[in-house]
Amino acid sequence: MNDFIIETAGVRRSFGSHVAVDGLDLQVSQGSIFGFLGRNGAGKTTTIRLLLGFLKSGGGEVRVFNEVVTGPEGNAGLRRRIGYVSENKYLYPYMTVQQIIRFTRPFFPKWRSDLELRYMDMFHLPPNRRISALSKGMRTTLMLLLAMSHGAELLILDEPIEGLDAAVIETLLKELVALPATEGTTIFFSSHQLAEVEQIADRVAIIDHGRKVVEGALDDLKVQYQRLRVVFDREPASISWLPGADHVRQEGRTVSILASRNVEGIVEQARSLPGASVERFPVGLKEIFLEHVRGN
Amino acid sequence: MPFFRLNVSSGVPLYVQLMEQVKHAVETGALRPGDQLPTIRALAQELVMNSNTVVRAYRELEHEGIVELRHGLGAFISSSVSAKGKVMRQAQNIVESAVERLRSLGVTGEEIRRLFESELSATQVGSAGGRKR
Repeated sequence: MNDFIIETAGVRRSFGSHVAVDGLDLQVSQGSIFGFLGRNGAGKTTTIRLLLGFLKSGGGEVRVFNEVVTGPEGNAGLRRRIGYVSENKYLYPYMTVQQIIRFTRPFFPKWRSDLELRYMDMFHLPPNRRISALSKGMRTTLMLLLAMSHGAELLILDEPIEGLDAAVIETLLKELVALPATEGTTIFFSSHQLAEVEQIADRVAIIDHGRKVVEGALDDLKVQYQRLRVVFDREPASISWLPGADHVRQEGRTVSILASRNVEGIVEQARSLPGASVERFPVGLKEIFLEHVRGN
Repeated sequence: MPFFRLNVSSGVPLYVQLMEQVKHAVETGALRPGDQLPTIRALAQELVMNSNTVVRAYRELEHEGIVELRHGLGAFISSSVSAKGKVMRQAQNIVESAVERLRSLGVTGEEIRRLFESELSATQVGSAGGRKR
């Protein structure tokens, strides 16, 4: 037994010769809002489909609520405990908003009519409009309503804010930050909107080419990563004296360094160089993200 | 309720920003000993931030003796911070006279700011948020 709602160990999945997920370890604690980041094609959606058991893994282990996820044939009970918003936001186009809600409700014994009404109102969804006539944003909010109204203990949201306007995003984020406290919900979501991830996530993982390149508490990462600017009074000969720096860029007399390990050591070394003055700057999620997926 | 405002993408951890704003509110007298802080849930929703982050800020503030967490009741500005207020006023005087002297030497405001920051980062680990341990 452990406290993790989601736990994967060395999980793999290939499509033909393409390795989509390559030995991924993830751990998501109860009540966490976990931001799952990566470029297009990094393996985020494949990972999400593995967590839900829509895809069979090609190695390693996936556990959700401490139950081993086996693949499409198993884990029906497990999926009932998860609210899911898919990347393509597909819903039967011929149904109306009201019909899809009535159609979905009986599958979930813990359906929450109070939340259903709350979200209908909150997202201004027109009950009698056909799904085929909904905007992309409305389709997304309808899918969120379905995922968030069935009493799920875990929400897995694949790009939930893509295509939503700023006002709806604010409403949604306000609701999401309240859920862990009010309902004990755990939220695992992928997004390209780094600012929104930065706003509500307590932990993040960044994957690239199916592998995890960064994971941690967001606030810890911001303490760990620092940008240093070293200005010399004349052009330095070499900048090879920076063991531990993640990224070093030199422009004339100015050297810019991104560091996540041994920051104090680097500062000390830089200060001891003749004619050098050192300044430090905090680093946001975007810079950390770009550093790790750059040019790959 | 004091008005907190966070800068999400500044790179300064949100819990640190929240801590500093509470401290600032205490230093300016906007929050006084015994005043109640918003509940974790209310503040998380108002600022649209993770409630675990609010918890972390409140716990660190408790650790530093600025806030008291009373079980089931919430977070209160601790009664011992008034002593800190006196120290802060003294500190303010020291900073004022230091800045005055530097200006008389022709050092600009921007240069003074950078000197302070550089001095702090040289003496303090994890200086991004001025976090004390």
